[in-house]
Amino acid sequence: MTELKRTDLFDLHHELGARMVPFAGYEMPVQYPAGVMREHRHTREKAGLFDVGHMGQIILKPRSGHLEDAAAALERVVPVSVLGLKEGRQRYGFFTNDDGGILDDLMFANRGDHLFLVVNAANKQADLAHLLTHLGDECEIEMVEKRALIALQGPEAETALARIASDVASMRFMDVAVISSDFGELWISRSGYTGEDGFEISVEGPRAADLARALLADPAVAPIGLGARDSLRLEAGLCLHGHDIDATTSPVEASLEWAIQKVRRKGGAREGGFPGATRILGEIENGAPRRRVGILPEGRAPMREGTPLFAETDGNTPIGHVTSGGFGPSLGRPLAMGYVPAELAREGIRLFGEVRSRRLPATITGLPFRAATYKR
Amino acid sequence: MKYTEEHEWLRPEGDSVVVGITRHAAEQLGDVVFVELPEPGTTISKDDEVAVIESVKAASDILAPMDGEIVEVNEAIVEEPGKVNDDPEGEAWFFRMKPADMSALDDFMDEAAYREFIG
Repeated sequence: MTELKRTDLFDLHHELGARMVPFAGYEMPVQYPAGVMREHRHTREKAGLFDVGHMGQIILKPRSGHLEDAAAALERVVPVSVLGLKEGRQRYGFFTNDDGGILDDLMFANRGDHLFLVVNAANKQADLAHLLTHLGDECEIEMVEKRALIALQGPEAETALARIASDVASMRFMDVAVISSDFGELWISRSGYTGEDGFEISVEGPRAADLARALLADPAVAPIGLGARDSLRLEAGLCLHGHDIDATTSPVEASLEWAIQKVRRKGGAREGGFPGATRILGEIENGAPRRRVGILPEGRAPMREGTPLFAETDGNTPIGHVTSGGFGPSLGRPLAMGYVPAELAREGIRLFGEVRSRRLPATITGLPFRAATYKR
Repeated sequence: MKYTEEHEWLRPEGDSVVVGITRHAAEQLGDVVFVELPEPGTTISKDDEVAVIESVKAASDILAPMDGEIVEVNEAIVEEPGKVNDDPEGEAWFFRMKPADMSALDDFMDEAAYREFIG
């Protein structure tokens, strides 16, 4: 087994009494002494600080000096409009494969003279290799190794961060900005993975712990581990790659077609031209055979990842399975996401999840489970 | 009071034994969100999965510590699973059982041995 890597906040996690677990090759905090439930609620009510320094930060710089060349190159590997993204703005997207599956999902930002990408920790080396193969001719591609990444999420995130970088107050959802601070240059986006208003802050590695301590000095800010990060994103209906989406699920199956702008769809000015375009554009027109949906178990028993789903209380063939599931502290009930055949993917349809050999009733619901509170 | 290696506590009361999980186990599990208990009257054999406890993180089975019969269960922790975190060794007991053989209790750890066991 290879040795686990540490983020720049490792010592701070220990000081804060975190329980550490291996995650995507890193030793990461799963929870602090407050516990998952309190951490989850604190984020929804005040502000939570998350170490996301394990994620990949990648810079794409056009060799020509023209950003359009980098944007056009990135459009060859994502089905999303990159050329249409204005300077200072960020967008969600995914790398697709030739079968129309999702290799990884990502955020990318137009930073004027370059594109800035944030990708999942578990896939970051594969993503880098993929980019080098497909964009290496047009772009200088750099994995940013010397910067940490901190997320600050929740209704009091703006006030807390504005004490350090007052300009963040004027940012809106999916804006990005470079702001100088007492902790060096901060690369900030107004986004996150909780359904709350909030920010992701890239900071020089050696200054990350001081920045985190300064934020935590605000009584509204508490440290939050991966446990609550998962329950927060699940309530927000957000996908976790490797679970809710992977190389075998298409964006349309995953109910992510909203991220594919008209310009890349059939009849658009830059239609197709990305891996798996035939399948993905066909599914946008004609529907996908299965869809990712929200699932609300009727009882109190959580339906966790892998729980088989059935249309009836008898019958041996599952119609799908749960890809993420657990308990939603803000909903006060269990919740899950999973795939079901398209004809059953309608709000209010009843189905059964098999938990400990029993078929327990559940209802299909729209996503998210809880409306986002982004500052648009 | 006796303790099992599965982090259950056993409190003898007359010819029955009250069973719960230890504070150490509750802390390790994290916030408990779901508890499923057996029906009173169920005959159980040692190591049967008699109850289920789920935290925000994961599901765990509670094993029968001895052969016997379930005589009473604590519905209060089904209604309010969070009690298991608040008072695991008191109010949040799981079930009362009538062991086939009370002397089987002697096989379990006492408090000092359990403390050593969990380090």
